[in-house]
Amino acid sequence: MAEPVLETQHLTMRFGGVVAVDNVTFTLRRGELRCLIGPNGAGKSTFFKCLTGLLTPSEGHVLMQGEETTGWAPHRVAALGVGIKTQVPNVMDGLSVQENIWLAARRFLPSTQADAKTREVIERLALGQIARTALGRLAHGERQQVELGFVAASDPWLVLLDEPAAGMTAGEVARMSEVIHELNRTAAVVIVEHDMQFIRSIASRVTVFHQGAILIEDDVETVMSDPHVRNIYLGKKA
Amino acid sequence: MQGSAGKDVITTLIVAAVLVWALPLMVGTYTLTVLAIYAMLGLSLGLIWGFGGILCFGQAAFFGLGAYTYAIAAINTGESTLPMILAVMVPGVFAALLGAMMFYGRLGDVYLGVITLVVTLILFKFINSTAGPQYTIGNARLGGYNGIPGFPTLNVPGRTDLSIWGDGLYYFCAAALLLVYFGVTWLLRSPFGRVAVGIRENETRMSLIGYDVRIRKTVMFATGAAIAGLAGALFANWGAIVTPGLFSLSQSAEIIIWCIVGGLGTRFGPLLGAAGLGYLKFLLGQQSMINNTMLMGLILVLFVLFLPRGVVPAAMSVWRASVGRPRRAGRAGAVRRNRRKDRVDG
Repeated sequence: MAEPVLETQHLTMRFGGVVAVDNVTFTLRRGELRCLIGPNGAGKSTFFKCLTGLLTPSEGHVLMQGEETTGWAPHRVAALGVGIKTQVPNVMDGLSVQENIWLAARRFLPSTQADAKTREVIERLALGQIARTALGRLAHGERQQVELGFVAASDPWLVLLDEPAAGMTAGEVARMSEVIHELNRTAAVVIVEHDMQFIRSIASRVTVFHQGAILIEDDVETVMSDPHVRNIYLGKKA
Repeated sequence: MQGSAGKDVITTLIVAAVLVWALPLMVGTYTLTVLAIYAMLGLSLGLIWGFGGILCFGQAAFFGLGAYTYAIAAINTGESTLPMILAVMVPGVFAALLGAMMFYGRLGDVYLGVITLVVTLILFKFINSTAGPQYTIGNARLGGYNGIPGFPTLNVPGRTDLSIWGDGLYYFCAAALLLVYFGVTWLLRSPFGRVAVGIRENETRMSLIGYDVRIRKTVMFATGAAIAGLAGALFANWGAIVTPGLFSLSQSAEIIIWCIVGGLGTRFGPLLGAAGLGYLKFLLGQQSMINNTMLMGLILVLFVLFLPRGVVPAAMSVWRASVGRPRRAGRAGAVRRNRRKDRVDG
């Protein structure tokens, strides 16, 4: 069994009296691709933010490649080699696609290599047509793809994606799946997602969140056919 | 990229040489000197606000610190070289400490504005209250409301008998402005500058990419303060006196108005806004019918309402729409230009 690259131990996040993440112990191993699913308010995105450093957990630990990263600022987490894509496209609107991706590549590479990496990522994501267009003028799906470009440009060993397929067309989702699989060749991947079709197309293992805790963790078909999951996820009896 | 940068340098040098030669034929060098100093001060805020996204309400504090540092050091050393260096360093270090406190403290933009404003007010009040003989640094008395007069002005390094004054000071200030302009251009084209623009656009995303936003903002803030300090030292030389008015709120507000009118996110805009409005202020100072402050306020309101992006960006848009676009079509150079524009607009 491959070694763990991401672990949480008894992770808890409280907002006043509300427990958004409740004592979650989670392990992701090298080369794994894991989807986190659950209904709205299940705690997935809060859990995600605790991993990325956007939130500091109330209790518990986050470990990346065995190193304690609990409470680290996002830039320190990212600097470890962790590629992060947030729920809402989070890009530099006034800059071109090319400049956006260059900024991600430059964080880990000297300028000339960053130029080459930028060209490679633009080609890989088929963004050549819009490479010189400002992000603010692009459609939602294109902005999502550029954000995935940030992740690809940094050659990460761990990728954290929050709803990467949200608001995308079928073609864009298919392209996104391909890119995620490519990333998964060299990196472990965690995806927070709602789109069940997309999850089926990319994931082998799924973790279901419910009321801030892990309800079940298994392969995708087993989870999808679980009556309890169908009940809480679809809001009706299986 | 290197070719286009070289072309830009040559174009800028030619335009600057023509202006430095031609302007004294229309306006006195005494006035032009202070306009060049204002332009430098405008550029200092244009850098940190327009490219770094840091709205500082206290740029006058660094301007005043530079001026006072120069005056105090010049009285104590009897020459101008070391005081000029100190006038750049003291505001730079002061801003680095203040910036570190604000950026590492994760203060929002509003609080940052309030703090820089309050620091300016504190310095203004403090300097105003230093009239007594106990407020002395070395041989220099701070002088309170009356300020510090009679300090040694610029001289050729190592030759205290050779003063740089009158036309000489004008050429010196013009050369200093040009150097600062090239320095700002170089900074913005460097990876640091490109990252700073990224931070202006989206701080959270740059953090999630792995950049430590706090240190970069602190360095940017200190750089702007150092340039303002240099402008302050030159202003002290131009006026041959420094007074607490340098730290005043009206001075801070004027710098912000220069940037808005000239155009943020460009290098030339704040420069043009500062020199243009500075000259207007000079002309208005010669009459008493129109209140200067009221007119500046009116200009700001009109620009915010009708030309919110400022003169230079608006002029660039008109140029692109009318002349620039047809010429660019089908030209390979357009790719290079667009790329450059993404990095340094203006």
